[in-house]
Amino acid sequence: MSAATWGLLIATFVACFVEMVEATTIVMAMGFTRSWKSAMAGTGAALAVLAVVTTIAGYALTTWLPESALQLAIGGLLLIFGLQWLRKAILRSSGRKAVHDEDKIYRDEVAAAKAAGEPSPGIDMFSFMVSFKGVFLEGMEVVFIVITFGLNAKDVPVAVIGAAAATVAVLAIAVVARRPLSMIPENLLKYGVGLLLASFGTFWAVEGLGIFRAGRHSLAWPGNDAVIPVLIAVWFVLTRVFIAALRTNAPAPAAVEHESSRIGEPAT
Amino acid sequence: MKFLKAFGAFWYDFIIGDDWKIAVAVVLALGAAVAALEGKLFGDHGLAILGGILIVVFFAISLAIDVRPRRPKVDD
Repeated sequence: MSAATWGLLIATFVACFVEMVEATTIVMAMGFTRSWKSAMAGTGAALAVLAVVTTIAGYALTTWLPESALQLAIGGLLLIFGLQWLRKAILRSSGRKAVHDEDKIYRDEVAAAKAAGEPSPGIDMFSFMVSFKGVFLEGMEVVFIVITFGLNAKDVPVAVIGAAAATVAVLAIAVVARRPLSMIPENLLKYGVGLLLASFGTFWAVEGLGIFRAGRHSLAWPGNDAVIPVLIAVWFVLTRVFIAALRTNAPAPAAVEHESSRIGEPAT
Repeated sequence: MKFLKAFGAFWYDFIIGDDWKIAVAVVLALGAAVAALEGKLFGDHGLAILGGILIVVFFAISLAIDVRPRRPKVDD
């Protein structure tokens, strides 16, 4: 396997791993507190919808859109996701935001599950919907990452293998640990994935600006694909500079600041 | 109507997330790059580098807005 293929495999594995940890926390909270049957049904339904969305989106993106429009749309989305992750990493590392804590998120989910009253017999709709929404939202980001990284490297199957391996790994850890996966260095992983998403997003979104000129052909970076490692290095150095410049001695917020305060939304 | 609202809320949550400033920064940066493209100010490589710089600049501005000192609210 070439270095590029390994890079693709590792990138999609790590990105999917982080998203799966968050989805698993939500599903475990519903399962342990209310109903495993309903939580697993919600998870299965979300995975089925994701498979349909992936197939349709993949076909539509590669068939109907000009290459530059595809690059601009997907690159723009990757850039937004990546910069959001980098923003949180910068604020956390500089002491301006509490670190992501899977234990705290699990406790919040459990509290919400208990507050929703007794589970209904049969399928418990609360467990079903919270699990469905959590898995679907986290999964959608994985879908975008797999499609974009896979298309960029012209090797979607390897990207899918990376994502599937991450899913299996997280599920295996969850089954063995039977508790929230707070032992995983999520903040560090998120920082790494943020760097990758921001770099690939910058590369693609800028290339895709060619859609606005006659002929609609993509812009070209100096060095073409070879500029991607440079972009990763640039984003890394910039984030270190931002962290150093924004570092504060004031204590970070004591409680974890939920990225999304409503239950079931992704805490990216 | 309720479905449309929920559908819109889903995509807002998914794309914009909890910090709208990042999405605005990306749109403004790419918009400025398109303006430079329309103005034929640079060649391909120059435009690509300018696009990258604009993304960094607008991201830095959104961060600066995030961490700016806030004046305490004063009740009238």
